[in-house]
Amino acid sequence: MQRLRDLAISDSGFVFDPFSGATYTVNGTAQVLLDGLKRGLDRDGLVALLRERFECSTEDLPRDIDDLVQSLRMFGLVPGGFEVRG
Amino acid sequence: MNAPLTVAVTGLNATDNPGPGVGVIRSLRHCRDLNVRVVGLAYDALEPGVYADGLVSDVFMIPYPSQGVVPLRDRLAYIRERTGFDVIIPTLDAELPGFVELAPELAAQGVGTLLPTVEQLDLRCKAKLAALGDRGLPVPASRVLTDVAQLYTIHEVIPYPLVVKGPYYGARVVHTLEEAVAAFYKMVAEWGYPVIVQQFVAGQELCVLAVGDGDGGLVGAVQMRKTVITDKGKGWAGVAIRDPGLSQLTATFMKATKWRGPCELEVIRDAAGGYHVLEVNPRFPAWCFLSAGAGMNLPYAVAELAAGRPLTPLHDYRVGTMFVRIALDQISDMDAFSRMSTSGEVVRSQGVSR
Amino acid sequence: MSRPLYDRPILARHQTGLMNKFSRVASMQPQTHIDGVPVQTLTEAYGSPLFVFSEKTMVARYRELRDAFARRFSKVRVTWSYKTNYLDAICKVFHREGAWAEVVSEFEWEKARHNGVPGERIHLNGPLKTEATLRRVLPEGTLIHVDNFDELALLERLADELHLTPKVAVRVNMSVGSLTAWSRFGFNLESGQAMTAANRILAGKRLELVGLHCHLGTFILDPDSYREQAAKLAGLANELRRAHGAILSFIDIGGGFASHSKLKAQYLPGEQATPGFDRYAAACAEGMAALDYPAGQEPTIVLESGRALVDDAGTLISTVIANKRMPDGQRGLVIDAGVNVLFTSFWYDHDVVPAQPFGGISEPTVMYGPLCMNIDVVRDTIQFPPMRTGEQVVFRNVGAYNVTQWMQFITYRPAVVIIGADGRHGIIRKREQLETLLASEEVPSWL
Repeated sequence: MQRLRDLAISDSGFVFDPFSGATYTVNGTAQVLLDGLKRGLDRDGLVALLRERFECSTEDLPRDIDDLVQSLRMFGLVPGGFEVRG
Repeated sequence: MNAPLTVAVTGLNATDNPGPGVGVIRSLRHCRDLNVRVVGLAYDALEPGVYADGLVSDVFMIPYPSQGVVPLRDRLAYIRERTGFDVIIPTLDAELPGFVELAPELAAQGVGTLLPTVEQLDLRCKAKLAALGDRGLPVPASRVLTDVAQLYTIHEVIPYPLVVKGPYYGARVVHTLEEAVAAFYKMVAEWGYPVIVQQFVAGQELCVLAVGDGDGGLVGAVQMRKTVITDKGKGWAGVAIRDPGLSQLTATFMKATKWRGPCELEVIRDAAGGYHVLEVNPRFPAWCFLSAGAGMNLPYAVAELAAGRPLTPLHDYRVGTMFVRIALDQISDMDAFSRMSTSGEVVRSQGVSR
Repeated sequence: MSRPLYDRPILARHQTGLMNKFSRVASMQPQTHIDGVPVQTLTEAYGSPLFVFSEKTMVARYRELRDAFARRFSKVRVTWSYKTNYLDAICKVFHREGAWAEVVSEFEWEKARHNGVPGERIHLNGPLKTEATLRRVLPEGTLIHVDNFDELALLERLADELHLTPKVAVRVNMSVGSLTAWSRFGFNLESGQAMTAANRILAGKRLELVGLHCHLGTFILDPDSYREQAAKLAGLANELRRAHGAILSFIDIGGGFASHSKLKAQYLPGEQATPGFDRYAAACAEGMAALDYPAGQEPTIVLESGRALVDDAGTLISTVIANKRMPDGQRGLVIDAGVNVLFTSFWYDHDVVPAQPFGGISEPTVMYGPLCMNIDVVRDTIQFPPMRTGEQVVFRNVGAYNVTQWMQFITYRPAVVIIGADGRHGIIRKREQLETLLASEEVPSWL
């Protein structure tokens, strides 16, 4: 998870990975989730974090979290076998 | 010194196959009579011109031409609100149809341009070069292809070696059918149909940067011979020349097309002294700073004419003036790139400076 | 302080030179209404997917085309190309504007007659003209565009048997500039075949040669092709006049004008690449200037337009079924309309936008239809904003060919509606249901 912790994320949603030099853009939701993942939150914790920070209607939050994690795996920002706990 | 002028310029992609924007901007800044502020318009966050010191005050991303004219119109309206530009100088082939279409609207809002008409753009488009032949200009034989099968019999009309070209950019000299087929697919993948096949003409490659007044007259022209050519066929160094035959050809072109705005004629002078117009680019070439350096600042002329201001008569240029391009690395922190990537703009000046 | 609205998490990697990292600047606008009618109202009333046609656009395109040619030619006839879209309601809009019919089969001829078009106002084209078809249409005075010598012989025999003098045109193919010649239709001009066919008709005296016809191809973006075509047709007409004193009543320049759609191999979008009707008309007039005919006896210029009239008027609404993350990092969007209803997505990069306001970062997205077949891709990579299931997307400029070339495969074909000039809307083809399909099926007694 060191790669994830090393990411430099600006307030505007610009992400720089000092390991690979790759850069990304994230939206506010992903920014909050990255923060939660860095802190090692489990699935319930992440869902609670999202509900606390955003006006969520009837979203399938766990599914969206898994989608982001899949992107992180694809970009090599978390280890290949990484799954959110819970 | 004249009243201040804010000019928006595209084509900041000063790579080893450079867009003309940086040359245009340097020419504008070179002119002591012009109190200019420059707004860069970029398609990509990493266009090198964005990061050059003292080149552009502000930079804004604009949508790719393939997205159509409506997003461009909206984006320009926003940028105009932010920067109050008076003039736009587009410098890339593929974006010109969009800017030409928007020109009347821009004019109504007080934004000046000096651009050719749709018909003029059409006439010089690579697929139609033969039409210039009908108007008395010497052009090499060419065929427009929409099907790779047409290559199998092309040698009956245009013998090898021949040149395979894309509709906007790209040209490759090929010697065999296999090479031609490969080049055909490469052009299609990159620039779409049609593909143009042109007779290969050997000789000295000469270029003319010319600005037409739209009534058949010539505002000014600078001739150049490339002295160093990159592996992509781009001039890396060149020298200003004066060839009366080329002057004649330029005048004929202006009369025949009533060209409005800047253009570049690419001409081959063969061993027998004959001229062949290979291509007419409807915009400034990347080497246009030579015109400023040699004393006939054509980007300045275009900015003034586009702004509708009277033009002080241009001086003639100094034959023998050379340009030598240099590749140098600029240093930038992550900040400008981060702003380009997330908000699509870098505003260094404090808002509108008019 | 109120919390911001939730938005699906997006992490988009910057790919320099590959994507327009326009980032949060939305360059795409949603289309929430069609001719003033909310998309949602339409899908609630008629279901999804749904084809929607704008009467206003059809009429505007028709008049623009007719006027562009009428300014340059004393006699102009627009014929509606049935194969482009032969739903009765669509045909009626064009017939009401004065269009004749251009058909390529007996079925289309029956459709035109059913729509009240008199037989003598129908041009029958194409390679499919059986003896039975000709026996049926000749007594009604339908104009026959002859495709080959066998057909010519058949027509001459039928003329004798039916004691008629059918009015015929010679269909000509030619090579024009950069276009790949559609040489399989009609008689070739350059080889002299077309002249031979015309000579034979004029010498035989059993058929009346009333016109020449040439259809260059489809989606022709270069108006100049029509200048060359018109000049060649005018040359042939001049030759026939010199040799036989023949004066033709029409010259048909076919169709092929582009709509505002975008071919896959085209760089600029339709709004920039597609020439206006005026430029096509001007090119045609320039070429036709070569025609040497006595004053007052100029032929009618016949147009066989389909795509250029109806494509821009047709919209397909489709609903998002699912979002997927593809292994290459792209987002996959599964929608309820596939290549089964949007057949033209094989050749065109259709202009597609969300039907409701959206926020968030656009990502490279590929759109899949509902078929369980790998070819069912309705849009290759496009920068597209996040979509939720149940939301709608709108495909624009899809009015041509889809409603005739669509296929009934694993599901029912959707409803088609029209929005009238005054904002009324109504169904013009019902969504299929089990009964629709069972109606033409039979089960033999032994099963």
